[in-house]
Amino acid sequence: MITTSSLPLSDRLLTLVLRLCGVLAALVLGGIVVVLLVQALPFLINEGAGIWQSTWQPGQGEYGMAPMIAGSLFVSVLALVLAAPVAVLLAAWLRYFAPRLRRPVLAGVELMAGIPSVVYGLWGMLVLVPWINQWVPPGASWLAGSLVLGLMIVPLALLVTDAALGQLPLRYQRAGEALALSRVGMLRRVLLPRAAPGIVGGVVLQFGRALGETMAVLMVCGNVVQWPDSVFAPVRTLTANIALEMAYATGDHRVALFASGLLLIAVTGLLLMASWRLRGVSHG
Amino acid sequence: MADRVAWLAGWVLLALVMVPVALMVTALWQQSADVLSVGFLLEDPGRAGRSGGIAALLISTGWILALCLLVAVPVGLGCALYLSESLPADSRRAQWLGGVLDMLAAVPSIVYGLFGYQFFAITLGLGFSILSGALALSLMVLPLMIRSAEQAMRAVPMGYRQARDALALSRWGWVRRILLPCAAPGIAVGIILSAGRALAETAVLLFTAGYVLRRPDSLFDSGRTLSVHIYDLAMNVPGGMPRAAATAVVLVALLVVLNLLVRRVLRQPMTEALV
Repeated sequence: MITTSSLPLSDRLLTLVLRLCGVLAALVLGGIVVVLLVQALPFLINEGAGIWQSTWQPGQGEYGMAPMIAGSLFVSVLALVLAAPVAVLLAAWLRYFAPRLRRPVLAGVELMAGIPSVVYGLWGMLVLVPWINQWVPPGASWLAGSLVLGLMIVPLALLVTDAALGQLPLRYQRAGEALALSRVGMLRRVLLPRAAPGIVGGVVLQFGRALGETMAVLMVCGNVVQWPDSVFAPVRTLTANIALEMAYATGDHRVALFASGLLLIAVTGLLLMASWRLRGVSHG
Repeated sequence: MADRVAWLAGWVLLALVMVPVALMVTALWQQSADVLSVGFLLEDPGRAGRSGGIAALLISTGWILALCLLVAVPVGLGCALYLSESLPADSRRAQWLGGVLDMLAAVPSIVYGLFGYQFFAITLGLGFSILSGALALSLMVLPLMIRSAEQAMRAVPMGYRQARDALALSRWGWVRRILLPCAAPGIAVGIILSAGRALAETAVLLFTAGYVLRRPDSLFDSGRTLSVHIYDLAMNVPGGMPRAAATAVVLVALLVVLNLLVRRVLRQPMTEALV
């Protein structure tokens, strides 16, 4: 290494500019939190407790978000319950049972991951909602939202699982073969448990993504503020609520929407930290 | 026996994922068949999008994408250089910055929309405009841009770094002459991925770039992107479905082209990129 004092001017400038870029990235995160906090804090102090009530009537000054918080959770949890097993098992199958299919399927799945959420939502409106409607009206429902979200989660959950399995040392597989274990037994007893922290960490991250997803859910869930009494009932999620009402909200109503944004950041932040823990990533 | 059942079960799982995708493609195709034509790309929309094409939206989308990359790429490269060159990978500060980037990547896009609306549109007074939309969007793609560029830079062989130190190359010379050319394919992939993410995004733009269907006269005009158009036609315009589907087909086609581009760049050997 050269001593710092001998650095030419261009190098010192470069170091400075790069450091600034790093600071900027940190500032963006700080800025988002601060802007939302500044907007929402007075409201949270005055009416914070009201958020957990059940009535959302901005016209009457009632800002209970509980049904929408529940809506977000219900839709995301069901999506995860549907998608995670499919994605995890499919990834394991591709790696250990059908290695020749793995590359083409992963390529297709990567393409799926790039499809915009509005297009998934559009598909939901065109195909899924009418189909559920024939079965149990009205069609636009918790179930529709979970199915669309589930389909959106599968690609990334699959890629994460594939990566987690790929990091296992080859010797596990060799030892299993030497012991003449069946492939199913090996997967169930050795490989999946070994890769479990990575897989679960990835799935937790997908849960955060599902909670934050807006467009697809907005288009297929029906957006009625209520406690759903079945999976066929329409629900409104927190994110959909922001998208629907921000355009015309004023005063406290507008601030309540910022508060719900803050809640979203807090929850996704916590989920991210849980995911770090599970995957053994350390961040200072 | 169990292995054979598993073999079968795998196919069922694969079908569970692939059949809905196939259904999606056919549904979009059927809905849009009567509308899709070259004229659809070249005409401006009429009657709130029920007639005409998407020319004005392509222009707005192009502007927003270009501006978004214009901000995200230089800042992203700078931050990636900072991470890969100025900080050792296991230093506290690098881990901390990595955490911030993961956090930024996890922030829901609607929250970027809220922030962009409050900060760019109101506090900075940019209003519902292409400029505020592009800025908000650039923040959203920043983590992806940084991470992919950083990966490309860290992949530059250690030997090059040792040669740099042996020759006492200046930092700037190293970055400009060796590091950036070597990492160019990876950086290109990062840019293309960011462009794809930006094109796919809707929620960020709802309250920043706005809904206006006209061709924008300046960067301070509101402009609607393809993705926002799909949402608006499908949800708010009765009879808008065929054109929503047609716009979706155009958007997905664009994204598929970007995806193929990534594959091409990745397959290209490093030395070719250096020349």
